[in-house]
Amino acid sequence: MLTRTVVVDRVTRIEGHAKISLSLNEAREIESATFHVTEFRGFEKFCERRPYGEMPAIMSRVCGICPISHILASSKAGDMLLGVHPPPAAVKQRRLANYAQILQSHALSFFHLSSPDLLLGMDAPAPKRNLFALLEAEPDLLRRGIRLRQFGQRVIELLGGKRIHPSWSGPGGVDSRFPHAHREEILAWIPEALESVSIALQRLKPLLDSFRPEIENMGNFPSLFLATASDSGELEYYDGKIRIMNSAGEVLADFLPERYFDHLAETASSDSYMKAAYYRPLGYPDGCYRVGPLARLNIARSAGTPRADRELAEFRQRARGPVCESFLYHLARVIEMLHMIERIEQSIDDPELFGEPVCAHASLNAREGVGSCEAPRGTLFHRYKVDENGLLTKADLLIATSQNNRAINMAVEQTARHFIRSIPAGGAPADGDLNRLEAAVRCYDPCLSCSTHALGRMPLTVEWFGPDGKLLGSLARGAA
Amino acid sequence: MSVHTLEIDGRMVTALEGETILAAAEDAGIFIPKLCAVEGLSAPGACRLCMVEIAGQNKLRAACLTRAAEGMVVRTETSALREQRKLLVELLLAEGNHVCSVCVVNGYCELQSLAAALDVDHVRFTPRYPARTIDLSHERFGLDHNRCILCTRCVRACDEIEGAHTLDVAGRGRTARIITDLAEPWGHSESCTGCGKCVRTCPTGALFLKNKPAAEMKKDSGFIRQIIAARREKIWI
Ligand code: SF4
Ligand code: SF4
Repeated sequence: MLTRTVVVDRVTRIEGHAKISLSLNEAREIESATFHVTEFRGFEKFCERRPYGEMPAIMSRVCGICPISHILASSKAGDMLLGVHPPPAAVKQRRLANYAQILQSHALSFFHLSSPDLLLGMDAPAPKRNLFALLEAEPDLLRRGIRLRQFGQRVIELLGGKRIHPSWSGPGGVDSRFPHAHREEILAWIPEALESVSIALQRLKPLLDSFRPEIENMGNFPSLFLATASDSGELEYYDGKIRIMNSAGEVLADFLPERYFDHLAETASSDSYMKAAYYRPLGYPDGCYRVGPLARLNIARSAGTPRADRELAEFRQRARGPVCESFLYHLARVIEMLHMIERIEQSIDDPELFGEPVCAHASLNAREGVGSCEAPRGTLFHRYKVDENGLLTKADLLIATSQNNRAINMAVEQTARHFIRSIPAGGAPADGDLNRLEAAVRCYDPCLSCSTHALGRMPLTVEWFGPDGKLLGSLARGAA
Repeated sequence: MSVHTLEIDGRMVTALEGETILAAAEDAGIFIPKLCAVEGLSAPGACRLCMVEIAGQNKLRAACLTRAAEGMVVRTETSALREQRKLLVELLLAEGNHVCSVCVVNGYCELQSLAAALDVDHVRFTPRYPARTIDLSHERFGLDHNRCILCTRCVRACDEIEGAHTLDVAGRGRTARIITDLAEPWGHSESCTGCGKCVRTCPTGALFLKNKPAAEMKKDSGFIRQIIAARREKIWI
């Protein structure tokens, strides 16, 4: 008989790879924890001396999970280099693509990456807490997750022509008119998609009660939040001001995305290639903020679509003021999925989506361009400087995972201190607690290959050190 | 006009007097790899990818330059030919800077598809990584020397079809490169009419439309055949 062993380690469920180190004190209690990313940087270098028109395509290779966000930020930076406003049809196509991408990316994060922990339990033994086990236990739910992803990808394919790395958008607008014939196909997906997300919500909400310890101790801390904000106060993913709010719900600043670098800065961290971002006036680490689904729901006054608004109202009741529990990123993500489907439905009812012209033509009119949008994991900024011919002299990216970096570290540390507490000599953290460490990271759905601007995947390693810095033990997850 | 009958890869094929092996094969639907030859332009026989074996001749022949003759027995696909083609493509890849994943013609590039067809999954030579420039001075077009394989299609399209002769090759050997006018920036060229024929004929991403998102530039040199036919028949669509 032919047998095959499929080793699915939990770390295979984070994009990219990372390392967590735990520092123990004399009593072998956990003093601190650090989340490192051990990948190379390099995309920014790679762009230098390349024509600005190529940036959307180069940038779409930064990340295989959210190419659309990079294409959009890059195209918008290109719009600014040309000095044009893309025609409404182009803007509407770009918005639709963004909705579809956030939907498919969240579906991957929730149904495939996080639901084994959520549905099978943190303490289930590893062989019983993976996608295969989930497929056995929850075939319908998983199938619905796969279908939701397909829906998102299909919309992107209809717009961009290719499922991954579509490059239909560039400086000035998009490549071609969106045929009205696609409307019916998209419309046909909507009822099933709405049903799937409602089922996910019905499953998740009662489950959260059984995760009280995790909700309270896996990254529950006050912080600033940052997201794109529209004038109407509705959830906004493409255009608008950048808003910073504190955990008391006070707006600290509203600024134009084109000037993000006046307000935001990044540290270079010594033990990781990934930088951590902070709000300049408060400095590091007080100015550290969170981005992504939780930040967006905290900052918006309303969703702007009926179903999502009902969920948002309920979500708001979980805290007085902004919700600070990292674990609730999962819930925020599912609510956003609902909102995305409603937005897609609205988009295809707008005749301008199918209109023309789709591109504003111009040549280079500025030497610096900045573009931003909401990516699935948070606000994304691209900033390019070009020479007189349009060759890049500098590219800067501020991506979601590096903006969440400090928060991820804090979540990991809080989790380690609360759940692992101490590691006796010769011992090792319990399997369930190691999993909680990873789950703390996974709340943020970090896409590590993107955040370090390099390709490649490797497993996560957990190491623990004594007060003298001596390595006491380690576990490599996924090194099968 | 007399017609010859010859055998290509075991198939009987007819060719008009003066027709090349390449043209006869293409008419019969037999694919012979090529990068420099374009129907309607003169053939420099530069890329050497269309080399074929002819029975009774101990030298390989370029199908784009060799006339089909009565009774010829031609083989276009032998393991030796395949190996040689593979080597040529690898040399081309090692000579320039070809990063397909971020190229404007990714998915539509003739060099890339040839490499895929020949199973070139790695390059056995140390890449040269030459320091080459990009000319973006033209209002609409860009020339990225990193991706140029010096097939001279653009030079011939500009000279023979457009009649502008803006483009040419300067330098020799590894310093050879495409120039515009007297090696001035393209944007300063007085002879260029901005017709774009060079861009459409280029098999790689070396010549491209500015602002065109990558992988969106489908090129098709078939338009040259149409222009020639239209001029000959005096019929324009
Ligand atoms: S645009 Fe036309 S005239 Fe100008 S270089 Fe190209 S083929 Fe020649
Ligand atoms: S620019 Fe293009 S067409 Fe011209 S020689 Fe180079 S590869 Fe050939």
